[in-house]
Amino acid sequence: MPDQPVKELPDQPLLDVRDLRVTFRTRRGSVTAVDGLSLSVAPGEILGVVGESGSGKSVSMLAVLRLLTNPNVTVSGQVLFRGRDLLALPDKEMRAVRGREIAMVFQDPMTALTPVYTVGWQIAEQIRAHEQVSRKAARARAVELLSDVGIPDAASRVNAYPHEFSGGMRQRAVIAMALACGPSLLIADEPTTALDVTIQAQILDLMRELNARGSAVVLITHDMGVVSEIADRVLVMYGGRAAEEGPSQAVFHGPRHPYTWGLLDSVPRVGGTRLRRLPTIAGMPVSPDSLPEGCAFAPRCPARHDRCEERPELAAGNANTAHRDACWLPPDDRAAQRLAARAGPEAGAGAQRTDETDREMAP
Amino acid sequence: MLYFALRRFLSALFVMFAISVLVFLIFFATPGVDPAARIAGRNADPATLAQVRHSFGLDRPMPVRYLLMMQHLLIDRDLESFVNRGSRVVPQIVQAMPVTLSLVVGAAVIWMTVGIVMGTAAAALRGTLADPLIMLVGVVGVSLPAYWLGEVVNLVTQNRLHDTVFSWVPPPGYVELGHDPGQWALHMLFPWLTLALLYAGIYARLLRGEVVTALGEDYVRTARAKGLSERRILVRHALRCSLIPIVSLFGLDFGALVGGAALLTEVVFGLPGVGKLTFDALQNLDLPVIMGTVLYAAFFVVLANALVDILYARLDPRARHA
Amino acid sequence: MSRAVAPLPTTEARRSPGPWRTAVADLSCNRPATAAAVVLLIVVVVCLCAPLYADHIAHTDPFQSHVSGTTVVDGKTVPVLTPSSTGLGLGVTPIGPTWDTAHYFLGSDNQGRDVMARLLYGGRTSLFIGVTAALLTVVIGTAVGVLAGYAGGAVDAVISRILDVIWAFPVYLLAICLSVVLLTDGLRLGPLTVDAGSLWLPVVIIAAIYVPYVARPLRGQVLVLRNKEFIQAAIGSGAPALRVMRREVLPNVVPTAIVFLPLMTALAMLTESALSFLSVGVQPPDASWGTIIEDGLGLLYTRPAVTIAPGLLIALTTVALNVLGDGVRDALDPSARLRGGV
Repeated sequence: MPDQPVKELPDQPLLDVRDLRVTFRTRRGSVTAVDGLSLSVAPGEILGVVGESGSGKSVSMLAVLRLLTNPNVTVSGQVLFRGRDLLALPDKEMRAVRGREIAMVFQDPMTALTPVYTVGWQIAEQIRAHEQVSRKAARARAVELLSDVGIPDAASRVNAYPHEFSGGMRQRAVIAMALACGPSLLIADEPTTALDVTIQAQILDLMRELNARGSAVVLITHDMGVVSEIADRVLVMYGGRAAEEGPSQAVFHGPRHPYTWGLLDSVPRVGGTRLRRLPTIAGMPVSPDSLPEGCAFAPRCPARHDRCEERPELAAGNANTAHRDACWLPPDDRAAQRLAARAGPEAGAGAQRTDETDREMAP
Repeated sequence: MLYFALRRFLSALFVMFAISVLVFLIFFATPGVDPAARIAGRNADPATLAQVRHSFGLDRPMPVRYLLMMQHLLIDRDLESFVNRGSRVVPQIVQAMPVTLSLVVGAAVIWMTVGIVMGTAAAALRGTLADPLIMLVGVVGVSLPAYWLGEVVNLVTQNRLHDTVFSWVPPPGYVELGHDPGQWALHMLFPWLTLALLYAGIYARLLRGEVVTALGEDYVRTARAKGLSERRILVRHALRCSLIPIVSLFGLDFGALVGGAALLTEVVFGLPGVGKLTFDALQNLDLPVIMGTVLYAAFFVVLANALVDILYARLDPRARHA
Repeated sequence: MSRAVAPLPTTEARRSPGPWRTAVADLSCNRPATAAAVVLLIVVVVCLCAPLYADHIAHTDPFQSHVSGTTVVDGKTVPVLTPSSTGLGLGVTPIGPTWDTAHYFLGSDNQGRDVMARLLYGGRTSLFIGVTAALLTVVIGTAVGVLAGYAGGAVDAVISRILDVIWAFPVYLLAICLSVVLLTDGLRLGPLTVDAGSLWLPVVIIAAIYVPYVARPLRGQVLVLRNKEFIQAAIGSGAPALRVMRREVLPNVVPTAIVFLPLMTALAMLTESALSFLSVGVQPPDASWGTIIEDGLGLLYTRPAVTIAPGLLIALTTVALNVLGDGVRDALDPSARLRGGV
């Protein structure tokens, strides 16, 4: 792969999103899908972005690539990629960034490819959009890429149409296309959600391999397991805002935000105590058209208190300054607070639990 | 592929057969209608009625009647008009065919070009004022009665303005292509435009919907993420996929028009095509002619459909294996 | 830090408005559609008032010839029909538009009938045929489509093939065949009897030929619906087929059927006018916009108003119906497509 080695300053992030805000204008007023999100991706790292559906994780990444074409969408803030603000870039320069420097892989491989062209044609189209190469050379590269992503007999499969591929093969083809120009950042939006479990692992391996070749990866998922397996750093989103951010190890072993507690508690554990019912986070995910003034998670939070009426900002709560969260709870000893919150509403200050959860939790 | 072609051929034969049965049923088995009296025309004498009864086997069972009708049409080709004594139906149709083809092919070229450009442009300009304006033109095109529009065109070009602005417009009528290509085109110009306006409207409206849907598809998002230009995304991806349903409709419409559905345009512009033949037969309630033209229409409908299926398979790889 | 229990935000039950109310709200925000509805309303009301105009303003019977009648224009008495001075002297030149609502506002046709009054009466006929035919088509088409899509198997195969054949066939030719056969004797089909010359004859013919236009897309929709979980659940719970069709399937295809209604009405009106123009539609003495255009054919160069006025009204009405139909579609079922060809 012809990858021009880029000399990055060690302290300069590859992607630096500052105060990103995405609002949709609807008939019933404006809806804020992403509400002041800031994040950064260092060269060569894997960032896992986690959250429930509707938390704004996909929308924020589409906004980064300016793929939100709906005229009712307003995007504000800054998206600095290698120091250039993508949101302020002319269309033509933005096109040169898309697919060449930042590539994106989407959730549903069944619909992500144009049904009337062969897979090889579509990969070659991507190459020729960015590089002056002959049809023949682009095609040869397409074969090479397909075999790189593990498609057997790539030389003949290159002539197959998308409907002749299985779901896993299509996702591989989409990834091959994304890799075609050696991007320095790959944004993968739930790339494994629509696939079988065995295929999921293969696709994740592919991501890891790609990362080993030097591309940074932003992996959007709602699957905590996937993130813990692959990500260097984790960003937990809720209600269009960042709830917690930090190195994987720190977040998984010492989660600080009550929402992250809930997410982690709801993951079944092999070898853990067998629960009759998995704990859930009470209530419904916040709807983007009725974001609360204060902390977005407050209405569902087991540790809610007066201060939550105010909006918390991301802040480091302990010695590890890379591990930050947006919560008004006392910064020290969150582990004890987590246990208290888990024990029940009497300790957790008015948590609104459903009856079933209560019964589950208090035997 | 051979299997596909064979199946397609059998299916075409079946449709052809089904339409002929349908036509047969309408003419010979409509409840409460005496077919002999209809076929013989207005005020037929008893001798003619008897001749019709014998010739079409009206005293014999239904299947025999069907076979007799088909024999007169296809094998003996001696179907006769009883109103216009002695005029054979089949040669008349053969003679009228080039006129209808001239009209429909020319109009089809215009309406497909205009319709595709209008529909795609409207979809691409969604959100601007141009979209509703283009679509308004489309709606008006769809909503105008074609024959009335033809009359108005005649009124404008042949009446007072004929002495000044439209002096170059020839009087309604037909000049054979082989006779004088220039005059042929000149005579066909307004019929083409009139017929094309209606269909351009239909196709523009349909295509706009298809392209708008396609532009919301995941593959278009992928194409954007690849860094392709908007123009390429629109034409090579969205439009290319949207053309598939349009093509199958085109087959139906083209076949129907060649088959005589353009009769109103032919009548208004005095073009002696198959439609005009049908119209004249209608005026005299001359059923044998209508029988002939309708089955001729069925033939073209089926033919056009088969051709379009082949084109369809070229356009949509998914259809090749169906 | 105080950890007092913060009051729960009042979870006001925000009831989302039903799909129908949302659709109506959408439609009323759609300015072209609203304008189209107003235009249609005006056309309908004016046409319904036809007898009032004929009796109280024009004082004329629009079906009676006035071959030797006279009328008063600018204080002078003039004949309604003037023998033609050109040609063989066989034709007549009817009086042109007087622009006076009391008599011959738009002139007369070659039988001395008041074109304006006939236009209003003709509008009643055209609207009646268009609306009833469209209603019939949509109701029958929906029933057939739901039945075929839901029943599947042999029933579906037979219905679909029949629909395919009719669909492939030029509708005008089909309508012409049917009209030509039924014109003189009318239709007797079991309990259904339609007299020749009755307005119901074109209604039945037009309704019949367009059934595939509605049935085919709806069948496709039902095929998709049938595999949806909620239908499978209803079937699995042992509900009888008719009940599932009525309670689960039908409500989901009704929006599409409603979308087709205005579009179908426009198509039916255009077809009626074309058939009438070909003299196999509405039969004299009834008038429709199509028959008036036919009446005006011989007068095109002398009295163009007889041709132009009804054509403009057809165009106005069908444009309004199509714009309204597009609005209804955007509000109810943006994916619904009606084959537009004629």
